[in-house]
Amino acid sequence: MKILVCISKTPDTTAKIAFTDNNTKFDANGVQWIINPYDEWYALVRAIELKEADASTVIHLITVGAADTEPIIRKALAGGDEAIRVNLDSQDSFQVASQIAAIAKEGGYDLVLAGKETIDYNGASIGGMVAELLDQPFISLATKLDIAGTTATVNREIEGGEETCEASLPLVISCQKGMSEARIPNMRGIMAARTKPLKVVDPVAADALTSVAGFGLPPAKAGVKLVAPDNVDELVRLLHEEAKAF
Amino acid sequence: MSVLIYIDTADGHVKKSSLEAISYGAAVAAQLGTTAEGFVAGPVSEDLAALGQYGVTAIHHADDAALAHFDAKMFAKLVADAAGSTGATVVVLSNNVNGKALSPRLSARLKAGLIARAVARPDTSNGFVVRRNGCSGKAYADIKVNSDIKIIALNPNAYAVKTGGAAAAVTKMAVSPGAPSVKVTNTSKASGDVVLTEAEIVVSAGRGMKGPENWGIVEDLAKALHAATACSRPVADAHWRPHNEHVGQTGFAIAPNLYIAIGISGAIQHLAGVNRSKVIVVINKDPEAPFFKAADYGIVGDAFEVVPQMTAAIKKLKGTA
Ligand SMILES: Cc1cc2nc3c(=O)[nH]c(=O)nc-3n(C[C@H](O)[C@H](O)[C@H](O)COP(=O)(O)OP(=O)(O)OC[C@H]3O[C@@H](n4cnc5c(N)ncnc54)[C@H](O)[C@@H]3O)c2cc1C
Ligand SMILES: Nc1ncnc2c1ncn2[C@@H]1O[C@H](COP(=O)(O)O)[C@@H](O)[C@H]1O
Repeated sequence: MKILVCISKTPDTTAKIAFTDNNTKFDANGVQWIINPYDEWYALVRAIELKEADASTVIHLITVGAADTEPIIRKALAGGDEAIRVNLDSQDSFQVASQIAAIAKEGGYDLVLAGKETIDYNGASIGGMVAELLDQPFISLATKLDIAGTTATVNREIEGGEETCEASLPLVISCQKGMSEARIPNMRGIMAARTKPLKVVDPVAADALTSVAGFGLPPAKAGVKLVAPDNVDELVRLLHEEAKAF
Repeated sequence: MSVLIYIDTADGHVKKSSLEAISYGAAVAAQLGTTAEGFVAGPVSEDLAALGQYGVTAIHHADDAALAHFDAKMFAKLVADAAGSTGATVVVLSNNVNGKALSPRLSARLKAGLIARAVARPDTSNGFVVRRNGCSGKAYADIKVNSDIKIIALNPNAYAVKTGGAAAAVTKMAVSPGAPSVKVTNTSKASGDVVLTEAEIVVSAGRGMKGPENWGIVEDLAKALHAATACSRPVADAHWRPHNEHVGQTGFAIAPNLYIAIGISGAIQHLAGVNRSKVIVVINKDPEAPFFKAADYGIVGDAFEVVPQMTAAIKKLKGTA
């Protein structure tokens, strides 16, 4: 089985959020970049588990980004066999998805795994776009994945519960919590990652469908209104009359 | 030209998040000087004409038993075809679980720019720009769509349901969906009648509750408010509460009208999933708990004393004591 895992880089969750260039660019100054947690902990780790169960499994990683994404993909390579970086500083999700779909088509993968969403952009869009471009089934927000022969059995989130479904390979899945056991890549894997192949390829032509007009920060909260613990009735009154919260 | 709204259902019922999408789509249509039409797939057990009250003038219903289960691939084709036949220039849907699977497929299929997580109506003064939120609610972005067709996936709880329209004209659409690409073999729903991700009020508790045996007062408060219950991650990891209650960066992201946090410290990873809530109430015995910085109202006190009093006061106010 051939698996393609989509890897993106995101600022560490505790990074300060600020913008530059007249609020049109994210201020990367001093930001610590990490592998997007959904890509690392769920998509990649589940791929590793599948390989452990069947040694003939091949794991390729893909990232769409400029040279500055290389440390991230190199780190993720501890868990993969080979990585591909499409050299494109992308403008929108469709451009990224078009690159991943082109590589996926050429490589003939049985499974494309993406994260549920990037924690900075939260688009949750790439996986579905790739599936459509490949004309393959897409199961989103998966919490469990098993493969038997050419059938994937997947649990996915629905409102208020879960759904179990089956689909034939090849397909695209977006992964979230539940998918895999927690693990930390071992040092041997990290050392080996340095010498594993990392191919850099040129992008295919794909127009961006959207562009960013500007970023901003939500207005700060006015500050907390504290109510004394022996005056709970007053809190309930405020919630009802002032905040109209119920 | 029209605005087409994909109306999502579960077990034959229209989801509340889709009523928001209809109200929003109707407002966008009015803004663009056109009409709003809806598209529904699969068997429905309610009166679709009544959805007109939210602002749609027509509903196209692909009433086929083969569409009883959502299938992103199949539904994307149907919605794209409906967009073609209605001449839609804007497609609106909720960014709920199905919307997250459907909207990107539609975008790629129609080569139509997608705004996921939209939180406001389009600004058409200079092109077509829609505000979305990102960074788990810590920032927003104004996205300009450059394609002819625009797809807007509206965040749940970002737009209030509006009523007042006349009945919609319902027409059945003949479709030949073929075999689904994904076969649903089982569905399991959590107990409790309020679904966390759709709830208007959420009562959430953390490690301050000391143990699972103490959750009765949390559930009582939730019941009095007709709220869903949620919890912090360590609580779910310790199996005090089921995992489908876990909110935060690695759990569900929610945006209810009212979020009541009991015995939760307010770590940044927890806030990432709840900070879009309209009103946040924090009950914590530690005045230094970081959650107070993100709160609108708070009580510094012992949850075991405060929470039952809150439940009693709410019941009294609602006349259900
Ligand atoms: C990568 C990563 C991802 C994470 N994702 C999530 C996530 O998705 N969701 C999440 O919740 N956490 C997440 N966490 C964990 C997070 O950092 C916190 O550890 C966690 O939220 C703390 O849970 P808590 O507030 O219930 O417990 P604690 O931090 O132990 O806080 C308990 C609180 O209860 C108060 N308290 C104690 N007794 C009482 C009483 N009698 N009355 C009133 N108050 C009382 C205390 O003052 C304290 O503030 C993540 C962490 C990491 C590193
Ligand atoms: N630049 C990228 N390169 C490779 N994969 C990506 C990239 N951006 C996003 N992805 C994948 O798509 C998922 C969803 O991203 P998004 O749609 O941006 O929320 C991520 O979790 C990644 O798996």
